[in-house]
Amino acid sequence: MPDNITEKVLELIADTKRIPREQVSPTSTFEELGLDSLDAINLVFEVESAFNISVPDSVANSMTSVPQVVEELRKILATQPTSQQTPPE
Amino acid sequence: MPQHRVAITGMGIISALGADLAANWSSLSQGKAGISTIQLVDVSKFRFHNGAEVREYDPEQHFKANQLDFLDRFAQFALIAARQALADSGLKITPELAGKMAVITGSCVGGQTSQDAGFVNLYQKNSPRVHPLLIPRTMANAGASHISMEFGIYGPVYTISTACSSANHAIGNAFWMVRSGQVEAAITGGSEAPFSMGLLKAWEAMRVVSPETCRPFSKDRKGLVLGEGAGMLVLEPMEKAQARGATIYGEIVGFGMSSDAGHITAPTLRGPASAMQAALLDAGIAPEQVGYINAHGTGTQANDQTETHAIREVFSQHADRLAVSSTKSMHGHTLGAAGALEAVATVMAMREKIIPPTANFTAPDPECNLDVVPNQARPAEIEYALSNSFAFGGLNAVLAFKRV
Repeated sequence: MPDNITEKVLELIADTKRIPREQVSPTSTFEELGLDSLDAINLVFEVESAFNISVPDSVANSMTSVPQVVEELRKILATQPTSQQTPPE
Repeated sequence: MPQHRVAITGMGIISALGADLAANWSSLSQGKAGISTIQLVDVSKFRFHNGAEVREYDPEQHFKANQLDFLDRFAQFALIAARQALADSGLKITPELAGKMAVITGSCVGGQTSQDAGFVNLYQKNSPRVHPLLIPRTMANAGASHISMEFGIYGPVYTISTACSSANHAIGNAFWMVRSGQVEAAITGGSEAPFSMGLLKAWEAMRVVSPETCRPFSKDRKGLVLGEGAGMLVLEPMEKAQARGATIYGEIVGFGMSSDAGHITAPTLRGPASAMQAALLDAGIAPEQVGYINAHGTGTQANDQTETHAIREVFSQHADRLAVSSTKSMHGHTLGAAGALEAVATVMAMREKIIPPTANFTAPDPECNLDVVPNQARPAEIEYALSNSFAFGGLNAVLAFKRV
């Protein structure tokens, strides 16, 4: 079972790309999901809003897969105050 | 109708490089950039901090207070550049000419600075109303309309808004109208003033703005740097310009357009290549006759790589003998004014026999393997030159110029 953070990312991808949640797996690449560079930027925007974080351009522009998003998100959350580490509802 | 050769008889420009042609050319020909920390907007919490702003600018030196009520910053720049260009040309707008003259301008975001300020009052300060002049200040054609009114020009007057290709589309249309004899003269170019909190935030969200400076075609390029300003040209039929003894800066000989019909922001190879081919065809010249390209060269990863491949596609082996530079490295990316500033740079390069460099260049990128004239201006005799503009939305516009 994916953890809360992964689950939220999968949900955001499904919402952003308007595809069924079941089609998004924790190992999917953006290419497999049909996400182009602009979709990826949209996804990062949704992740930033959902987790109340800020993702640097260099990180945002280098993301090409779901595991990469989750990994970068964990790194950023680890630097945030504890109160913000809880994933959103 | 007879086809005329089209002469450029006047040029006006205001940008981060200076408030007139001499100051702009001085910086361009020395590779000096006008990029520094943005002062018009508090960008302390932004991911980027640099822009190419018009500095030491006092609107009241150019306009009366009651006139300024009607003029957003982008329209002020349009008028200032048009005044310079017209004075420079020495063209007298007689009552007979006034109705046979065009004003065609480009602008991407129009008077958005006024709109941003008006909406701050509405949404943030809970003002129940916005200023009644907000609409005439904001409309993208305000620059063209004010030029028309100030000089009494009552022929075709309009504005083209095709994002970063706006000015090239405008100049290209004016060129065709003068060439075909539809009008007897034209003022054409573009103006832009994109520095507002709202618009800068939107650019930040796009993640294409450099966190440092603009390094087109460099391996470590990190994006574009926004700029503001205006450039305007006076176009006339060559024979009339020669007959009145006008100074002729250069000639516009071709204009080509295309659409990528692909993606709203990601460039294609075919679109830019076919616009360059169309400009060459319109000019009736072979690729081998071109000596210089003022590139779109935004400094983003995607543009510079795609533009390089498109140039190679069009020019094949001649691409290795071409000089290609991006003056956006100095005056920034002025969006709807970009083609106008770059037309001025291209024409001056041919006239002064100096190619302005791609400034801030650090290291070559194998994906951008052209002679990009890194950092140092270069003496060169250029017979023909192209100036490229490729816009978000996939809209491409290329101008071809000839030395006179």
